[in-house]
Amino acid sequence: MTAIETRRTGLRVPAALKSPTILLGAVLVGVWVFAALFAPWIAPYDPLQSRAPLQLPMSRGPDGSLYLLGTDLLGRDILSRLIWGARAVVLWAGLATATAFAVGLAMGLVAGFYKGWVDKVLSFIANVILSFPVLVLYILVIVTFGASGLNIVLAVTFASAPGIFRIVRALTIDIAAQDYVAAAIVQGESPLRIMAVEILPNAAGPLIVDACLRLGYTTITIGVLGFLGLGLPPPTPDWGSMVNDGRPMAIAFPHMVIFPCIAISMMTLGLSLVADGIRELGLRHGRA
Amino acid sequence: MLSAISKKTAEVLGAMLVVSFIVFLVLEANVEDVAVKVLGAYSAPDQRAAWLAENGYNDPFLVRYVRWLWDFVTLDWGQSTLFRVPVTDVLPQRLAATGVLAGATLALMVPIALVLGIVAGMREGSATDRSVSFFSVLTTSIPEFATAVFLSAIFVFWLGWLPGASTMISGFSITELILPVSVLTLYSAGYLARITRASMVEAMRSPYVRTALMKGASTSRIVLHHALRNALIAPVTVVMLQIPWLLSGVIVVEVFFAYKGFGTLLYEAALNSDVFLIEACAMVSVVVVVATQLISDILYRLLNPRLRVAVKPAGATA
Repeated sequence: MTAIETRRTGLRVPAALKSPTILLGAVLVGVWVFAALFAPWIAPYDPLQSRAPLQLPMSRGPDGSLYLLGTDLLGRDILSRLIWGARAVVLWAGLATATAFAVGLAMGLVAGFYKGWVDKVLSFIANVILSFPVLVLYILVIVTFGASGLNIVLAVTFASAPGIFRIVRALTIDIAAQDYVAAAIVQGESPLRIMAVEILPNAAGPLIVDACLRLGYTTITIGVLGFLGLGLPPPTPDWGSMVNDGRPMAIAFPHMVIFPCIAISMMTLGLSLVADGIRELGLRHGRA
Repeated sequence: MLSAISKKTAEVLGAMLVVSFIVFLVLEANVEDVAVKVLGAYSAPDQRAAWLAENGYNDPFLVRYVRWLWDFVTLDWGQSTLFRVPVTDVLPQRLAATGVLAGATLALMVPIALVLGIVAGMREGSATDRSVSFFSVLTTSIPEFATAVFLSAIFVFWLGWLPGASTMISGFSITELILPVSVLTLYSAGYLARITRASMVEAMRSPYVRTALMKGASTSRIVLHHALRNALIAPVTVVMLQIPWLLSGVIVVEVFFAYKGFGTLLYEAALNSDVFLIEACAMVSVVVVVATQLISDILYRLLNPRLRVAVKPAGATA
């Protein structure tokens, strides 16, 4: 390689497995990722099918079928809706975070590498977007363009890319000052190659932590939008929307809102724990 | 110092100007759409045309933007189609109600978070430190609406101690404020506690604390006299920056508990396509965010002696 000194950034997997924080987080997230992957095989019933309305948890319906977590007002099995809802959350939160990261990475690398007016313009754009309270921004975008999975991706990208941009920009400025980047420039490597091969891999550690946290925020965002009635359009099973639907009847049938809340909390807590664990490992290895 | 602040102010005003343009572009670029939203979907086409002509909507876009901005600055915010009164009649009281909620949250959250952060940061790696860290990860990772559901399940449905809604129909009520404030406090305390802890840990590792320790100063004197002064710089600025974040949480909590504040106002305006009310709410929330960013920046400069000199540090944006 062209680098004079290559920094080790890759976290070794066995070290990660020894951290109880990462393990606990991975299990909490893993349960729902598994559910999302294998939804058609593990969900007991069709999540959209109306069976027996308002069954309590652990009860049997008139036809003798068991409802582990009960059913909702329309008689749909809550466990099946949670399992299929995991699919919606994993898919849209993953896609939205990935898109936001792609935009933020591209902007941050360019601004941090070229500096000058490019940096000024991009930083100003980021500042403008960051002067909106996030949720106000989401509500404006969703109300103006309508509620759909793609518009959620659009809104999340728009709102989170500036934050990612700032982190990537700061890391890039820091790394671009290193000798191995100067060496690559002298060797006549193209800027694109320097950004992709020299700078990006050395920024990976902090970015992985940020990605875990952002995935959690996006999951919360999708939940909150669903809760406000601005989420994925019905009848898509979506955790936030399930809470919104069950709210009017929550006094008599709290199971309709409590289980979706537990599901989303498991997911977001798990992601925070993983991020925290990785950051701790990174600190122990001498880098943030 | 003054030049740094005026530069920051200019920057912030520039950002606000662009934001106002975006808000106007998104909501009023399509005049036909504005007419439908104001007059209703069943209004006759000639009625809409007359309304548009009467209110100057046939002028060029930029002319309309400048006029709109001037109206905003002079507090002429138009008529709310939802409430059928001027926007300036509904917005201030809702903003005041949210101010009460946010004020109570800050009054509770800041002391709790500071104490937790200081206690955790005093002894890095201790059992207290680790429990505080876990507590803050737990409370900040759970979405506000889920915390609201869990707390309501315990205190409203199970124990029956607290009311489940905070409509304040029969006047102001402290008991109706407890749950919303608790949810917001739980959600925001963790972050501030973490910042305080990190900055306390850094202060405790510093040479001046080590010196004080070797001189035989007592723990309380070291913490109160030496470490705390420097450790509190970061949290003070973070509290200001948390206000915009609190504003997002406020919308969810207000909607959940049916609290008549700024958050529910914005939400109702958005759901009912009340154009002028949405514009006013969006602009007010941007003013709040920008003002807190500016105050945070100024506080940081005032508190941090290293920044009091006129030398501008690289990349010192808050």
